[in-house]
Amino acid sequence: MTRHRGRGIASINYPIGMNLGGDPSQALVHSNPSGKFTVALSSIDLGQGMKSVTRQICAETLGVPVEDVYVDTADSDTGPHCMGSFASRGTHRVGNAVMAAAREARGVMMEAAAEELEVNAADLETDGRGNIHVKGAPHRSISTKDVAIAAQFKQGKTISGRGIFLVPLSEVNPETGEMSPATCYAHSCLVAEVDVDDETGEVAMVRMDSAYELGRALNPRLVEQQLVGGAWMGVSHALYETPEPYYPEPVHGPRDFVEYLMPGPGDICPHDIAVLERPAPDGPFGAKGPGEMCANPVLPAVANAIFNAVGVRIDDLPITPEKVLRAIKAQGGARPQARR
Amino acid sequence: MLELRKDIFADERDDNLKEIGKGTQRQDMLGHVTGTSSYFNDHKLQGMLHLKVVRSTQAHARIRRIDTAEAERSAGVRRIIRGADVPVNLNTLLSLINFGKDDEPSLAVDKVRYKGEPVIAIVADSEREAFEAIAKVKIDYEPLPAVFDVEDALKPGAPVVNETYPKNTFTYHETYDHQRLRFGDADAALATADHVLEQRYQMSPIEHAPTETNGAIAAPDTNGRYVVYTSTQALFFSVDTCAKILDVPSNTFHFIGGTVGGGFGGKVDTLTEPLAILGAMLTGKPVRYVFGREEEMQYGPPRGAERIYIKDGVMRDGRIVARKIRALFDSGAYTRLSSYAAVKCAAHLPGPYTIPNVYGDVYCVFTNRTPATAMRGFGVTAMDFAIECQMDKLAHLVGMDPMEFRILNAYRDGDMKAHRREAKNTALIECVQVAAEKAKWPLREEFKRASSRKDGGGSRAIIPPTPTDGRARSTAPVQQRTSYDRLPPTVTREPPREPPPPTPPPPSPRPTAPSHGATRFSSVFGTRRR
Repeated sequence: MTRHRGRGIASINYPIGMNLGGDPSQALVHSNPSGKFTVALSSIDLGQGMKSVTRQICAETLGVPVEDVYVDTADSDTGPHCMGSFASRGTHRVGNAVMAAAREARGVMMEAAAEELEVNAADLETDGRGNIHVKGAPHRSISTKDVAIAAQFKQGKTISGRGIFLVPLSEVNPETGEMSPATCYAHSCLVAEVDVDDETGEVAMVRMDSAYELGRALNPRLVEQQLVGGAWMGVSHALYETPEPYYPEPVHGPRDFVEYLMPGPGDICPHDIAVLERPAPDGPFGAKGPGEMCANPVLPAVANAIFNAVGVRIDDLPITPEKVLRAIKAQGGARPQARR
Repeated sequence: MLELRKDIFADERDDNLKEIGKGTQRQDMLGHVTGTSSYFNDHKLQGMLHLKVVRSTQAHARIRRIDTAEAERSAGVRRIIRGADVPVNLNTLLSLINFGKDDEPSLAVDKVRYKGEPVIAIVADSEREAFEAIAKVKIDYEPLPAVFDVEDALKPGAPVVNETYPKNTFTYHETYDHQRLRFGDADAALATADHVLEQRYQMSPIEHAPTETNGAIAAPDTNGRYVVYTSTQALFFSVDTCAKILDVPSNTFHFIGGTVGGGFGGKVDTLTEPLAILGAMLTGKPVRYVFGREEEMQYGPPRGAERIYIKDGVMRDGRIVARKIRALFDSGAYTRLSSYAAVKCAAHLPGPYTIPNVYGDVYCVFTNRTPATAMRGFGVTAMDFAIECQMDKLAHLVGMDPMEFRILNAYRDGDMKAHRREAKNTALIECVQVAAEKAKWPLREEFKRASSRKDGGGSRAIIPPTPTDGRARSTAPVQQRTSYDRLPPTVTREPPREPPPPTPPPPSPRPTAPSHGATRFSSVFGTRRR
């Protein structure tokens, strides 16, 4: 028995959002009389961090601390329309809608502050800590709380904003496929290193090194969570999972997590990630979205690493030990390729 | 470990922001880690009933007779729901954006098209009583021939899975049984390429495997409305789908969701809400319909499998001059969302590379299996697997380093993409360079100096002359070709109308690389033939 080490790479891009029927999302932002803001959405937080990323976008745009903003998802009576949380569209589409709504709310907030400070609204700025002051004169300041009280009880203004972001419907040419499927693209390249056992056909992950370009990492910890988890979904997809192990024959389907193979904690390997930020011109603060694409480069990188290790190409997923072993046997033994 | 490479593209960013770019703790973190976040299934309502469905035991069969007499008398049963009880018992999800025909019933009526298809719904006082009643439903099936392989489904005489689409393919633009992509003259370029490589790739289905399975709880509210707690990934998609199926105005419903235990695409299909609401409408009680794990794994929609054929022409210096792709998406018995994925896939061709001649046919095919649906990377993940395995083989074929091969062919700002839009804001080259650096993978100096912002556009921005399909390809080629080699040189062929657009200067040959002659390579049927 020999374990052969190999490395493989893959590079990909990924379209942000869907655009078959037009791709809109809306947001509403409003302040309570204490200057605390609520973002009302019908978008879904699946665990990816929708609430948190839109909260940061709203706080940045309003110029208030993130603690002063809460995001409410998802209620069809209070949240305005959103297509949904899919197609890597959340950060980009919903983020833009929240930004537009927050901009409108900020406009009212600054006017209300200007009235209280008896200056022109254009001469005011926010400090991001809950205060609004005259540019160059920080002592001429008012808190967002006092502005909200004044707006509500004295001036009769509603510090609120409506936002929508729409990528209009793109027609698809039936003959050529000409279309505008997305407005921006995220990118990635990943190197997978594996050990392949030529006696059992088993593939063990050794490490992964990757670079992901995402426009802007609005919250690097949420990005990390997506990329680490997504890469493991990729490994699982490449080497373990399927509800139809003998596809296209629909037999021996698993019924629970005992029968459905996925990598366990012992199968995890180090993953060193670099994030690049080339802002998308139409993204909220340049953001694109890491949601779906993070699993994609892993599958081919693992397949290519297996070739590098033992010289067999497995073009049918998942790459089970059975397939690897049969392929090694068919070519008369492992044929390690040039080490790299 | 995550490293932010702020040095790259720094001139395109304003990093002077207060909240953006910070690793602020999630708004919902405390609730999630202490188990106090509220999900749909945390709403236990007074008098709540439980709905379960009788699922087809057959992959394809006519329903002769359904006998529910004994089930109706079973303990705890409040209501048996049949297809005839569903106000609009035919729908397709994307009808909301006017794409495709209604093709799927909520409860099967005269035919079942996959094993596990819901036929009867039973509302009972407890889940156990619902299951006991399910065991007492007798359905007399007349089995029909079934088809499970996408290419078998395209053959003449194949069983018709779904009568809405009698050719077993989704209809695009009311004309074609596939979505096309045409850019340049791929056939002409393949005929003059130094190497031609055709390969077959097979994606497996996979399960979304969310921690929380699909489900909904519907309850009669005051004033004739219904409140619905749901795991949907797309709130208004589900509201509008339910309004259509139940034939009531959308504001009949107050949907509450938004905190969902994982989705990955498997919670867009609105599988449980319509029947839960109908159950509440028919009984006047709250009704809960939640998938068990086995239902989620076997009858909840998976990522569809895709079969992909790629035929590439590459020159000795590593430039890819043509890419021809035929992709078959296995949609299962109904459309759900696979029709859309095929379009997204066509737009994704030929991957993040500038290739002057690209030809793609993408099919959405119906088979007698659990309908597939959206999953993370929908329409793209399988194609990326195929393209990137192919890229590795091509690099091997021409004796180039696989990283350098990708940089050579990478798309750059200003290039024309095959779907006829200019490439902007590209960053593939930089990702390859940084990944190489991280993995200590040596790149030659000229590849380290390459940039997405340089050497694109110009002749690479041109839309090449593209022959129209005069060759009657409007229907699926039903016979799989057996040879994917280049045409023999004796066959006369049309020269390419335009020289292929120049790519950045080809790299100097690697001293260690073996020199390859023209190679023919055919391995369409799984194992490689030499």
